[in-house]
Amino acid sequence: MAFLDKHKVIETNATLLMILSLLVVTIGGIVQIVPLFYLENTIEKVEGMRPYTPLELAGRNIYIREGCYGCHSQMIRPMRDEVERYGHYSLAAESMYDRPFQWGSKRTGPDLARVGGRYSDEWHQDHFTNAKSVVPESVMPPYGFLANTIIDGKYIQDTVATNRMTGVPYTDEMVESALADFTAQADPLGDSSGLEARYGETAFGTPVNVRNFDGQPELTEMDALIAYMQVLGTMVDFSTYTPVANR
Amino acid sequence: MAKPIKKEQRQVETTGHSWDGIEEYNNPLPRWWVWVFYATIVWGIGYTIAYPAWPLITQATPGLLGASTRADVAVEIGAVDAANAAIKEKLVAADLTAIGADPELAAYAERAGAAVFRTNCTTCHGSGAAGFEGKGYPNLLDDDWLWGGTMEDIHLTITHGIRNTTDPDARYSEMPKFGLDGILDETQIAQVTEHVLAISGQGHDAALAAEGAVLYADNCAACHMEDGSGDRTQGAPRLTDEIWLYGGSREKIIETVTKARFGVMPNWNERLSEDEIRAVSFYVHSRGGGE
Repeated sequence: MAFLDKHKVIETNATLLMILSLLVVTIGGIVQIVPLFYLENTIEKVEGMRPYTPLELAGRNIYIREGCYGCHSQMIRPMRDEVERYGHYSLAAESMYDRPFQWGSKRTGPDLARVGGRYSDEWHQDHFTNAKSVVPESVMPPYGFLANTIIDGKYIQDTVATNRMTGVPYTDEMVESALADFTAQADPLGDSSGLEARYGETAFGTPVNVRNFDGQPELTEMDALIAYMQVLGTMVDFSTYTPVANR
Repeated sequence: MAKPIKKEQRQVETTGHSWDGIEEYNNPLPRWWVWVFYATIVWGIGYTIAYPAWPLITQATPGLLGASTRADVAVEIGAVDAANAAIKEKLVAADLTAIGADPELAAYAERAGAAVFRTNCTTCHGSGAAGFEGKGYPNLLDDDWLWGGTMEDIHLTITHGIRNTTDPDARYSEMPKFGLDGILDETQIAQVTEHVLAISGQGHDAALAAEGAVLYADNCAACHMEDGSGDRTQGAPRLTDEIWLYGGSREKIIETVTKARFGVMPNWNERLSEDEIRAVSFYVHSRGGGE
């Protein structure tokens, strides 16, 4: 075993040891990571997934800023109790436009992967303002300030463009009209046809929620966060979905 | 502390390395350790054969055991569904009003409905179904119903929801924003509020209430009825009792008349199956106020 006897060369040469260690770790990483990019069953093809609208994206950034993921997961595991409580187990495709994903690992509060459409906007306003007013046993802190924080969408185009740089398929048109779409979604009386054409039924199969989410005339962070809540887990059309067992 | 072994007592070789006079023994690894190590290698190989592991061209090897958490959960839920299939079928086929008459069906609907209620309804209507008074989440324990309290009414409300944007068959009505939309001015709103306080048996200013009665007849009676008894076909609440959806104080009534209310309930026909909707309808109906 003459080859093994040469390990002294490596052990007494720190730089060489470091380079070879890096090489070993790199090979291990490649073997584990690369197949995920080409295997057909990593992300199933599903109907209905679309990138977040600018308002939902702003809400998602508030969700991340406030650290909601610290207490709420967005990942329904394939177990009977979870499926019966929260709905169909989460699919990889459902977080494919999340940068980064919000799966989380801690459930002080319930899972939010399918919270969209489950409660009314008014309930969300009450609950964000004072969670105990509707769920007496809740330990969630109050977020009423969101309703007092007006957002003007100054950076929304940059946010959408940044997401596109990381691989979310926003079109040029989506980036250019980001600000218009941002305000249109919270204004049910205005013209939301552009938003609907870009993100809605004809493009992706489900209409966009266009409502005054926080019930106030101003566009606030509360609007954005509720818009995000109300779309969570509602995109995939499960009537056209057949699960592949081998995953 | 072990005594340092003198050089001449040594039984084993050193590795031959020497750093600053420090030498290293070349003891063999313990036998048991070596065999456990080999066993883990064999186990590892076996594991990748039995379970999904090696990436190939289009997919990974499925493994000989066919392990799949998705298949497992489908089997588990399928078994429960199969066990309940007969009674669920019976529940769906039964006449809504006849569920209570069949003890077996009633017992199932009560328990299944309780499970559905706790999972989906408690967040708004409270864990005891008492709602949240003054916040617009109705109490389901009493006999004061907004859209009707028969089995058919409750079933329809749960199926399609109220004033949501996701189901075209949702129950719908909209109270005008009398203040915000300029239909009534502040004085008129104060007058009509006194009238509402009067018909609900609360302290009020009789002179203002008399003025308010005329305004009430012109603006409110179409939905809330002349005598304030409300109209269930429009979800217009009764104004003559002490049960208030958004509060019955003077300030709250003024706020309601000024800004109007627009309570939304989601449609559950996309989230729950027909047997679950029937079960939870029965559960709500049997809380005490069912008609």
